[in-house]
Parts: sequence; C-alpha cells; structure tokens
Amino acid sequence: MNPAVLIASVYVFALAAFLGYQVISRVPPLLHTPLMSATNAISGISLIGSLVLAGASNTQVAHILGCVAVTTATVNVVGGFGITDRMLKMFGKRKDESKTAPASGASK
Amino acid sequence: MSLTSYFMEATYLLASILFVLALKGMSHPETARRGMFLAEGGMLAAIIGTLIGAHIVTWGWIIVGLTVGSIIGAWMAVSVPMTAMPQRTALSHAFGAFAAALVGVGEFITHGAEMGVVTRGALGFEVMLGALTTTGSLIAAGKLHGIIHGKPIQFRGQNAINLIIFLAMTGSFVYFWVHPTAIAAFYTMLGVAFVFGVMLVIPIGSADMPVVMSLLNSYAGLAAAATGFVLGNNVLIIAGTLDGFSGFILSVLMCKAMNRSITNVLFGGFGSVIATASAETGGVMREISLDDAAMQLAFANSVIFVPGYGLATAQAQHAVRELAELLESRGVTVRYAIHPVAGRMPGHMNVLLAEANVPYSSLYEMEQINPEFPSTDVAVVIGANDVVNPDARDNPNSLIAGMPILEVDRSKSVIVLKRGQGRGFSGLENPLFFKPNTSMLYGDAKSTLNHLAQAVQRV
Repeated sequence: MNPAVLIASVYVFALAAFLGYQVISRVPPLLHTPLMSATNAISGISLIGSLVLAGASNTQVAHILGCVAVTTATVNVVGGFGITDRMLKMFGKRKDESKTAPASGASK
Repeated sequence: MSLTSYFMEATYLLASILFVLALKGMSHPETARRGMFLAEGGMLAAIIGTLIGAHIVTWGWIIVGLTVGSIIGAWMAVSVPMTAMPQRTALSHAFGAFAAALVGVGEFITHGAEMGVVTRGALGFEVMLGALTTTGSLIAAGKLHGIIHGKPIQFRGQNAINLIIFLAMTGSFVYFWVHPTAIAAFYTMLGVAFVFGVMLVIPIGSADMPVVMSLLNSYAGLAAAATGFVLGNNVLIIAGTLDGFSGFILSVLMCKAMNRSITNVLFGGFGSVIATASAETGGVMREISLDDAAMQLAFANSVIFVPGYGLATAQAQHAVRELAELLESRGVTVRYAIHPVAGRMPGHMNVLLAEANVPYSSLYEMEQINPEFPSTDVAVVIGANDVVNPDARDNPNSLIAGMPILEVDRSKSVIVLKRGQGRGFSGLENPLFFKPNTSMLYGDAKSTLNHLAQAVQRV
C-alpha cells in the first residue's frame, strides 16, 4: 500500500467513525437490539472480500478458505438482515394499534 | 481501470451511502424498517458489483458458499425465537469475524510475500481481531444458550495467564510484522488469538453479557474494517467502522448503566463473589396470595411492569401483555419500565415486549419512569433483580453501589414475581424483597401471570 492510499484510507476510516458516532448516538435504546443485529449484518460486507478470495485467487487452499468465508459471511448477511427485519416488523405494527387502543379504552 | 472496475467501485460507493442512511433510519421505529431495505439493497449492489468487476475466474466455490450460507442464514432468520436473540446475535458475530479472519489468512497465503509494512500490520489486526472474536463470541453464545454454565469461570492466576497469552499473541504479531517471511509467527498469532478469545469471555458472568455482546460487536466490525485496509477497499472500511463504533457506543452505554468500567467488566469476574455487604438486611419476605395480588392490581390507578431476564427465560412476554390489556380495560394506566441492562443484550426487553404486541409508546426508559414510581400504586417486578436493588442507591458498600436503578421501592406497593427464594445472577441480597411495601409471588412467571389474569377477570 503506497502512502497516498494509506492516507486516503485513514481519512475514510476517521470520517466513517465520526459519521457512525453521530448517527448511532441518535438510536433510541428501544432499538438497540435491532441496531446490533443490523450493524452486524452490514459488517457482513466482508463477504465481498471472501468472494474475491474464493473466485479470483489462484491457489486451491485460497479457494477453499474463500468458500468457507463466503459461507459464514453469507450466513451473517442473510441471517442478520432477515432477523433485523423480523424485529423491526414487530416494532412497526404498533402504528395502527396505538390508533385503535384509545378508542377501545374510551368505549369502556 | 476497466469499465467493470469502475462499475464495481460505483456500487461500493452506493452501498456505503445506503448503509449510513439505513443507520440513520434506526433513529425511529417508524423509519427503521425502510432504512434496512436500503442497507439490503446496498449489500446486494456491492455483491453484484464484486461479481462483475473483480475478475472472478472460478465460480464453483462462490456458488457453493452463497447457496449454503443463504440456506443457513435464512433458516436462522426464520426459526430463531425472539427469546434466543442474544445467542443468535453472538453466533452471528462469530460468523462475521471468522469470515474476516479467513480472508486474512487467504490474503496471507496468496499475497503475503509482496505485502508492504502497512498492509501487513492491518492484516495482523484483522486476523487477531477476527480470530479472538470468533471464539469469544462462540463462548458467549454457549453461555447465553446455557450450553456452558453462565457463572464466571475463574481460577488462580487467571489474569497473569491471560496476560501471558496476550503477550504471546502480540509478540508473534510484532515478529511477523518485522519478518514478513516468518510464516510460523503468523500461524502462532492466529492460534493464540483463538485461545485468547476463549480466555477473554469465560471469566465473565451472564449478567455482564450486554457489555460483552457490545464489545464483540465492536471487534467484529473492526476486523472487517482492518480487512478493508488490507484489501484497500473503502466500503469494507466504512461498513466495518460503522459496526465497530456502534458496538463501542453500546458498550459505553451499558457500562454506564451499570456504573462500571470496561476493564472492571472484563477482568473483574463480577458475580463470582457472594456478597456479605448487605447480607445483614435480614427481615422476612412477605408472600402474597394470587387473589390478593389480583385484587391490588385490579383496583389500582396505575401499574408499572418491570421486566428482567426472568421474563425472557419464562417466555412470559405474551402473558404480561394479556394481563396488562385486561387491566387497561378496567381503566388502569399500565406502563413498562425498561432498564438499559435488563436482559442479556442491549434492548433485549424491548424486542420481547414488541414481539408480544406491547405498543412501544408504553415502554419507558429509566430516566423517564423513575419520577413516576412514587405516584404509582403497584410496581410489578417480573424476573428482575439487580436493576431494582435499592442497595445500589443506598448502600455505598454494595458491590453494585452507584449503579442507576429503577426505583420501584418508592412506589406504594411492589409485587415481585420470582421463581424461588434464591438470589439473582450476581449473588447479591436484594433489600427490596424485605421492604414492608413489597410482597413476593413465587412461581414460574408465565403461569403466575396467566393465573393473575384469570384472577383479575374474576374480581
């Protein structure tokens, strides 16, 4: 890695850290579990590194390591996004209910 | 650069933007789900971009990995119950970190010889963090799932041994960094990092799991970010850093909620000590009959439910919602008080109650609800212990002194649902149980709540 690329990478890292701090400190405790599950799914982005290793390298060992890495990273991505969506769906359906709740309360 | 490479870089940029927007959406439950669709789109774009632009020559391994991974992932996403969310998340951290570690090893095998000093350093971090997060997360998942005992595992000289392991790991890292041809040092580092992950988590008790989960989340993200440095790939750096910082922020919040430092959580072995500090509280715990408890609840003006990990183990989230609805139909104001570290991971209780269709508008955070307790008729504690222990506030000698608590003892009366007379995970005596306004209701939380609901209907 040449110095210019390194410096650019450090910039990206620092800005991402800053941005992450700004965005994530606004997430309410209510959503901390989905947040953890979502960031975990997003960090499954190491899948793209795994894809390159599995498909574009030239030794058999690297192919096999890459294949295992693709598998675990895909579990992370698919499972992570799937379960996050399942959780957020539960938080989302609240909307219509809170509308009906006061009505049923008033009738009693 | 070829056209396909430009296309690939464009998808990476798109993915980075979409990831940030997704996390921004997380600031409100109404926008969170839409945000995650953006993130999913970003991930898909990055994958397609890579497959098109990365000069893939062999497809077999990729197709096998993607297929097997998707099947396992989809199965996990559909089948895991909400009560098992902490262990699923821990397992997922292990998978992600393992992928990062493997990419590191693969990168070492294929390009190890021509790596510059910076890349080698990043590679070392990637492999170390990836490996220790893999085993650490597996141990955490085992503890959370009950395969491994939740009590801290400690022995004499543990911290000294851990220090030696840590030095061995960093030592082989430095050696590999200085001597790029030292293949043995690289694999020693990898092996020792696996061991270090185990050693790091076994001394930590189940009650401290929210912190450990957040830390492992952070490490898994940083491992991905280090991968980005190794491959010179910005989307990996961005996504990994977002994850790393999210985990870091959560760990800090969790530590604050327990009034403890991260070092204390990691090396304190909390929960192994049977405290004597407040054992003299003495007195008797007053038991209450189901019908009396139902009577109290039915004629109250306001009730606050305080859920803890016991709610999760008893799977009582639906039962508590049914009881709450019954009370609401009688005109009782029902609220839920959620302590930041209730349960085994950040936000654990919120997810369980959301699953049971409890409206999130009736879930209150600690700071919001504490002033409300004095005007509350009945506080119902369901399987929570340390987070309502008044010793944290009143007894400076207590092990949990200074930890912010839900001040249920200030409400007019308290009903504690508890499995038995034993102490909580931390082994601390809880003076709340001996207060004159507290009454105990023993038994499995789920069946107790069901019976309470029936009794309320009869009132």
